[in-house]
Amino acid sequence: MTELTAILVSMVLSATPLLLAAAGELVTEKSGVLNLGVEGMMIVGAVVGFGAEYNSGSAVMGFAAAAIGGALLAALFGFLTLFFLANQVATGLALTIFGLGLSALIGTAYIGKPLPHLPLLDIPGISDLPVVGPLIFGQDAIVYLSVAVTIAIAWFLSRTRLGLVLRSVGENHEAAHALGYPVRRIRFLAVLFGGAMSGLGGAYLSLAYTPLWSQGMTAGRGWIALALVVFSTWKPWRLLFGAYLFGFFSIVQLHAQGLAVPIAPEFLSMLPYLATILVLVIISRDAKRIRLNAPASLGKAFRATA
Amino acid sequence: MTSRGGLGSVTPRLELRGISKSYPGTIANKNVELSVMPGELHALLGENGAGKSTLVKIIYGVVAADEGEIRWEGRPIAVHDPASARRLGIGMVFQHFTLFETLTVTENIALGLEKERDIRRLARRIEETATKYGLALDPSRYVHDLSVGERQRVEVVRCLMQEPKLLIMDEPTSVLTPQEVERLFDVLRRLAAEGCSILYISHKLGEIMALCQRATVLRQGAVTAQCDPRRETSASLARMMVGSEVLAVKRPGEHKEGDEALTVTDLVLEPDDPFGTRLDHVSLNVRKGEILGIAGVAGNGQTELLRALAGETLAPRSDTIRIEGANAGHLGPAGRRARGLAFVPEERLGRGAVAELSLADNALLTAYLGGNVAAGMVQSGAVRDFASAIVKSYNVVCAGIDAEARSLSGGNMQKFIIGREILQQPRVLIAAHPTWGVDVGAALTIHEALIRLRDAGAAVLVVSEDLDELFEICDRIAVMSKGRISEPKRVGETDIDEIGLLMGGLFEDKQQAVSHAAD
Amino acid sequence: MPRIKLEPRAQSSRLMTYLSPLLAVVLTLMGAAVLFAILGRDPLEAYRAFFIDPVSTLYGIGELGVKGAPLILCAIGLAIGFRANVWNIGAEGQFILGAIAGGGVGLFFEPLLGPLTMPAMLIAGALGGLMWAAIPAFLKTRFNANEILTSLMLTYVASLLLNYLVRGPWRDPQGYNFPQSKPFDGYAVFNPFFTGTRLGLGALMALLAVVGGWFLMSRSFLGYQIKVVGLTPAAATYAGFNQKRVVWFCLAISGALAGLAGVNEVAGPIGQLLPTISPGYGFTAIIVAFLGRLHPFGILLAGLLIALSYLGGEAAQISLNLPVAVVGVFQGMLLFFLLACELLVRYRVVIGAPAVQSIAA
Repeated sequence: MTELTAILVSMVLSATPLLLAAAGELVTEKSGVLNLGVEGMMIVGAVVGFGAEYNSGSAVMGFAAAAIGGALLAALFGFLTLFFLANQVATGLALTIFGLGLSALIGTAYIGKPLPHLPLLDIPGISDLPVVGPLIFGQDAIVYLSVAVTIAIAWFLSRTRLGLVLRSVGENHEAAHALGYPVRRIRFLAVLFGGAMSGLGGAYLSLAYTPLWSQGMTAGRGWIALALVVFSTWKPWRLLFGAYLFGFFSIVQLHAQGLAVPIAPEFLSMLPYLATILVLVIISRDAKRIRLNAPASLGKAFRATA
Repeated sequence: MTSRGGLGSVTPRLELRGISKSYPGTIANKNVELSVMPGELHALLGENGAGKSTLVKIIYGVVAADEGEIRWEGRPIAVHDPASARRLGIGMVFQHFTLFETLTVTENIALGLEKERDIRRLARRIEETATKYGLALDPSRYVHDLSVGERQRVEVVRCLMQEPKLLIMDEPTSVLTPQEVERLFDVLRRLAAEGCSILYISHKLGEIMALCQRATVLRQGAVTAQCDPRRETSASLARMMVGSEVLAVKRPGEHKEGDEALTVTDLVLEPDDPFGTRLDHVSLNVRKGEILGIAGVAGNGQTELLRALAGETLAPRSDTIRIEGANAGHLGPAGRRARGLAFVPEERLGRGAVAELSLADNALLTAYLGGNVAAGMVQSGAVRDFASAIVKSYNVVCAGIDAEARSLSGGNMQKFIIGREILQQPRVLIAAHPTWGVDVGAALTIHEALIRLRDAGAAVLVVSEDLDELFEICDRIAVMSKGRISEPKRVGETDIDEIGLLMGGLFEDKQQAVSHAAD
Repeated sequence: MPRIKLEPRAQSSRLMTYLSPLLAVVLTLMGAAVLFAILGRDPLEAYRAFFIDPVSTLYGIGELGVKGAPLILCAIGLAIGFRANVWNIGAEGQFILGAIAGGGVGLFFEPLLGPLTMPAMLIAGALGGLMWAAIPAFLKTRFNANEILTSLMLTYVASLLLNYLVRGPWRDPQGYNFPQSKPFDGYAVFNPFFTGTRLGLGALMALLAVVGGWFLMSRSFLGYQIKVVGLTPAAATYAGFNQKRVVWFCLAISGALAGLAGVNEVAGPIGQLLPTISPGYGFTAIIVAFLGRLHPFGILLAGLLIALSYLGGEAAQISLNLPVAVVGVFQGMLLFFLLACELLVRYRVVIGAPAVQSIAA
């Protein structure tokens, strides 16, 4: 593999967990709920997925368990914010703190245990092509899944009736309620979906990206996923672009060290975080655009007056 | 269509028997009986807070009744949710629209219809229905681009497309010009002639006398009268509604032309809000000892003008806005308050007051320039005295000054806010929709307070959508339309029709004609 | 089936304001018992190891203050911000920057400054935290960038910066290549006040912060403005309060307090700069702030309680072989229960027979 191909392939690898989590959060936010607990749901997904695959020997089981784990945590968030009317920001923070603690507790059993890598797509002849071979035809199943789900979400939101209903709930929950749509049920489902996707994203880290469990291994990716949703201005297609851009930022340091760039590794490791800040600034600067694109009910509690 | 029947049918289309509904602390509906015949134009009349909105929400399935029976074409039914109401043939146009700003007209209508799934076919049907009733509508436009009147058209068309047997209209005319009201009435009369029943909710007596064949009057949640409004007078209807003789505010006496107190010269302002209105060369002046009214349909730039006058958005140049002759365009709200300006905003809770704070704390919200704050510290004794003074002199009904603002009724909260602003002895007062949603008694108190302030020599600017209110208390009235403002007319030299035409935007053409003539 | 209904209260319940955090603590203790049982420990024994043993000695009580001080310092600042809806969640990063700035002064200027070293370190520490918090403040007021995300991202950056320093330019040449700075020396050491404990300047500053925070929030006009901005931003605009200034103030004060906590930690209990100088004080302070219901005196109590959970975690690890991670789970659980109990302040739970459905079906 050439250096360029290696960079591109690892860019896709590091983008995939971000894309999964951000796509889920995008759907949650489109329904009007801001779940800041992505980091917590990801790390729980990572540890649950790891445990499930380690004990069952099946990667499918691992990802399934991770999705369920993420969704369960999200259900907790959903109950608190939608039915107990708790502050969404505070509850999201609580979810992250709880998730980090819980994963560390569960994970003590798995420290230092290895897992096999995921199998890669291998189409004889095509997967061996230069660059495009490994990049497009030589990835693991979850990479394809992440792209497919993002496209499916784009289609769902813009083309289906249920997608329209979901958007309407996020836009104006009072009006949606008055028209007879079950605001809380729709939001709860969207929150669950977001949790499952975050769980998958976390599991991708511990099962595929580095098939190992280590405490706090998400290292802020959940927060970067949240920033990505803002970056995308709530449009799934732009999410795809944003995730790969961030994937690039986070692997540059690895390759820079390989290329003996004379910058301390710590400074290179800051790159994804600084890039996140930069991107947020660039996007948020235009307050009008954010107002036009952000779901108008985002983060606001809804209580039916019935 | 036989199912739609005529007025001669014996079975009412809708019948309510003994409907009651209470919320903690208030009874919204008490044993309400109501029947609407097929093809009937039926008014539900009552003042603000009488329980009209709750009742129609029960009919439409948004709110569940505690007790009582609903009958539809003779059969008892349960309306669990709006969807089942729609399936029965009940359509409703809400007072606060149930529209989604970032969606198109078609998408909005699709959300109100269960069956239609093909967006393109739906767009065609929308155009057909709209044309049939003379309601021009472009299905592909985004709702945030529409005027308030157009938005109501979307709501109406959405109902009509379900071919309703009963159409509920909740205070539909507050967003329309008098001429638009006439057009809406034509549509409603035509629908009734086709057999559709109309339940028309309003507190405006003239409209009901002009439109409806029968009226049910609600007071404090209970039915107090049934009548044929065409045979009643405004006074008799008002008595049924309020329960006692309605006192009219004493018309202000002749006003003495004072100096200019608030002057706006050629104000041009792009809106902050992506859905806002651009202020287009606005000029006006309010003199000492007068009340200037600004009429207009909501969304024509009033909000933007109010923000600009209050200093929440700064003027591009400091001499664009002057208070008592001194430049004030560069000053923020605190700076303008220091110059003697006070402001009653359009929303009570959420702008004019903080719902979760006590009345004492809310008194401090704008009254921080006097002795209430010293060396950065809140002087709580002074603040509490001030709050008590407001409560006392404006008859604010509350559980004391430690009560949270959200525990007060709308009318009492508004009296508190008006009191807080007036007791600071402003030389210029700006009041936005001072009596919107307020009961008759509170409205009277507020109108009298404004007139007293004027008689004491202050300049008062009132922005309102209620033409009756403006004609009652103002000395001069100007009209806002599409971000522009008309030349003010003396109240004695104009009438509702002329102001109504201006609200429709006619003055622009006139001004253009004038400028053309000048060429 | 009995129906559970929520009815909004016309007036927030004062009783519930005080009771709801207590209820949350009780529920967490019950949850903890379940967790202990799942992990195969006797809950009563575990309770004792967790909550009683650690504070059964003078040293232990001192440790409560040592662990509580940074939590309280950070939480007071955060709570002021949370009141204004300014969500600084990067106190951990501001803590680290305070340690770097204050620690740097202690490491390199102690010979020059002499007895002035300690005040200089405190000022540098507060400024370090303040500057780090000023970045999200600037980005929010100037570019509208969400402070939650920027302050958190800066925490990772701060942590990497500290790592760089103690592995690179600030590494102790006599430290056998360990990633650590020289130990603080002479005037740069913050000695404990009481012998037999490690209780020192940090605890005193935490107490001062509590009193100062209370004064600000309940007596000053600035505190009033902060409350209004947080509850109803539109009302603040209407009243003419400068919201940008409030954002700046909240971030600056919370950054400075976190920075103070940081310099106290490294110059006091730790004694040198290490790659990791905090067990997540800056994040746990978020819980402390909420548990104290954003009230300074409540935060004082909450900080001590959470400090106890840290001590208990360490003790139970030794005596019962429980993983330290249990502490994180408790803290998260506590916050959840707290948020759920919060509901009782504004709503009344009505349990009763189903409402009469006399509308015939």
